[in-house]
Amino acid sequence: MGKTVHIRKGFDIKLVGKAVAETAHAPTSSIFAVQPPDFRTLIPKLIAKQGDEVLAGQQLFYDKDRPEIKITSPISGEVVEIVRGAKRRIMEVRIVPDKENRYISFDIPDQLTKENVTEVLLESGCWSYIRQRPFSTIANPENSPKAIFVSCFDSAPLAPDNDYILKDEKESFQRGLSVLNTLAEGNLNVGIADGQSDLVRDVISSDKTHQIKGPHPAGNVGIQIHHINRIKKGEIVWYVNPQDVVIIGRLFTNGKYQAERTIAITGSLVKNPSYVKVLTGQPLKDIIGDKITFNDNTRVIQGNVLTGRTAYEDSFLSFYETQISAIPEGKEPEFFGWLLPGLDKLSLSRSYFSWFTPKKKYDLTTNTHGEERAFVMSGEYEKVLPMDIMPVQLLKSIMAQDLERMENLGIYEVSEEDFALCEFVCTSKIDVQRVIAEGLEYFRIEG
Amino acid sequence: MKFLKNLVDNVKPHFDEGGKLEKLHYVFDGFETFLFVPGTVTNKGVHIRDSMDLKRTMVMVIFAMIPCLLFGMWNVGHQHYLAYGMETSHWENFLFGALKVTPIIVVSYASGLTVEFIFATMNKHSISEGYLVTGMLIPLTLPVTTPLWMVALGGIFCTLLGKEIFGGTGMNFMNPALLARAFLFFAFPAFLSGEIWTDLSPEVGHSIVDGYSGATNLVAFDYNIDNIQAASTMFWGFEQGSIGETSVFCVLLGAVFLIVTGVGSWRIILSVFAGGYIMGFLMNLLAPAGDLTHAMHMPAHHHWLIGSFAFGAVFMATDPVSASHTVKGKYIYGLLIGAFAVILRVFNPAYPEGVMLSILLFNVFAPLIDHLVVEQHIKTRLKHA
Repeated sequence: MGKTVHIRKGFDIKLVGKAVAETAHAPTSSIFAVQPPDFRTLIPKLIAKQGDEVLAGQQLFYDKDRPEIKITSPISGEVVEIVRGAKRRIMEVRIVPDKENRYISFDIPDQLTKENVTEVLLESGCWSYIRQRPFSTIANPENSPKAIFVSCFDSAPLAPDNDYILKDEKESFQRGLSVLNTLAEGNLNVGIADGQSDLVRDVISSDKTHQIKGPHPAGNVGIQIHHINRIKKGEIVWYVNPQDVVIIGRLFTNGKYQAERTIAITGSLVKNPSYVKVLTGQPLKDIIGDKITFNDNTRVIQGNVLTGRTAYEDSFLSFYETQISAIPEGKEPEFFGWLLPGLDKLSLSRSYFSWFTPKKKYDLTTNTHGEERAFVMSGEYEKVLPMDIMPVQLLKSIMAQDLERMENLGIYEVSEEDFALCEFVCTSKIDVQRVIAEGLEYFRIEG
Repeated sequence: MKFLKNLVDNVKPHFDEGGKLEKLHYVFDGFETFLFVPGTVTNKGVHIRDSMDLKRTMVMVIFAMIPCLLFGMWNVGHQHYLAYGMETSHWENFLFGALKVTPIIVVSYASGLTVEFIFATMNKHSISEGYLVTGMLIPLTLPVTTPLWMVALGGIFCTLLGKEIFGGTGMNFMNPALLARAFLFFAFPAFLSGEIWTDLSPEVGHSIVDGYSGATNLVAFDYNIDNIQAASTMFWGFEQGSIGETSVFCVLLGAVFLIVTGVGSWRIILSVFAGGYIMGFLMNLLAPAGDLTHAMHMPAHHHWLIGSFAFGAVFMATDPVSASHTVKGKYIYGLLIGAFAVILRVFNPAYPEGVMLSILLFNVFAPLIDHLVVEQHIKTRLKHA
């Protein structure tokens, strides 16, 4: 039997607008976009040019620093536009799809080995679904990681229910897992929540299947790695999201790169929150249909409310995304808001009366509830970070750009998402995730 | 509220860049955000935020101090009329105290906030909420007879030299309110020691009773431990002392409030009490057997009841900025404060304010304690690596 990990520190933010178990198909779109900025630290070098016809699975661009890492098209069609941003940075490769999706057929070897799996993944572009800790970048195929991790559940606010999503994809998911297990040379670890053991039983040996219990961030892969097989200095661990495992599974079943996935559309401003089956790179407009109305009082987020990015009417679905959230903007000033009893105010401190109703679901806005201040309170972050890491000291070492101390305090173990709750609870409203991201970037370049 | 909002919005342009009163922008901002939690929204990182902010934190501490304040007002009157041997109602006691204490509070806030406003304007930063608590702590730690000009001096001194020169709230390494108290104690010893604890302003037709003594329990126990009042009197706080710190019961009410709301660190509060008890107990063991009234013989739990031990543990040692920041560090910091306070008050009768000095001392040592804890943490991390 694998480990049973009880996470005690953390917090489940209960919001209204959880997706019900219903899936619709998004309508076919007239345009798609693959967005290089989705891939952290990747510097795109274009292969496809404007006007080129591409098939699904055909290479669009590669990483300048690691040419073997290629990003492929999720759909067949014509490359119509390369959208550039500041300093001519490539923001989007836009493709007008064919009526019928045509795929490149990849040869799948009968006998899988680490080498030929790597080769197929790189060739098909599916390698980009494998990412590494530290730094959350696409994994380097030349490294040998000490393990690969898949967290089978998501504990973030209103997160999609993977049990529901994977129910119809079980075969592809298990195929994907066994492929990854080959790649990991038997060292694939999965973190499962209660009741998920059926999902992985036939493919993963029980000593690599770990039960994770407790509140968010228990579902974060970084937290699971920390408790199961901690990253030490200089070590590398790879990780893959469950829905990306499914895509890898499909590739190794029928030789096609089929980037369909199921997105949860959630939040208090969503009409009938539920699931939608989409293709990577679809315009958000087509995915959300009439479920969300874009306007000044609605914050639309790709991802969850803790780690997602603000989305706009003309945004395309990001590469790794499995959730779209919509919550009200909180632009209304509140008279003596800091003095009110606050029955509808969520706080980890018990200074609002809302702590008498622990099961209540909240309709939270984007209001910051106060202004940024110097760091005053201590012991707050520690309550929501289930890692043997001193969060405040780590943040201060980053602000001081003290590389050695950052390393000693374990920066290579963390990712921004693990600190999202720290940012949420922060009394002084400090941008914790931004600081961690800066620290990781500094450490990646200098360390 | 709409009316007030409109008013604020109307005058706002004067304080913005290019307005007539542009220089006072941050002072205006301070008042505006005091009235209205601003409608700012998240723009990076998390999209939702906990409802807790520094204003709420500070107001929670003030709530926690209210029992001490109200009881303190009553006790000022009670002690006054007791000294004159007059029979008075609770209301008369309270009224007398309120009239004496309110000016001290007003002066304390006015002086400190003025310095805060000047610095905010000069340095162009928004006004931090720290003084909301400091301004209340200062009066509660002073005897009611303190002249108002001294209160003002204390408020100015601690804001200026205790906080602003280090960069404002969050950057100070010593508790500002306690610094004000220590400053006044050492600068004007004549006003802050001796028989100053009871307001003895004359009462027509009455004279001070014969048995009146101005000595507090804190001074008394050093000469003879049998000279202190009954434990229950000290617990409820019917004794002479600084305005807000006589009633251990009211302090404990505040402590429960701080711990439940999560604003005060229970680790620090508990370990200060524990440190005091352990040291008191050690002294009992080592006390001279021939002198049964020696201060070292004082029952350990009595240390909790006399002087400002409880008040210091709950409201002063817990200041999150000047205390230890690490979890383990908080225990060490608290234990040392408690132990050292008892050592000071037993062996150094010249400075009965042992708790105050002990907290200030370990405010200074808190970064060192944290440093050791972090180094230890790093060492164990590297061992696992």
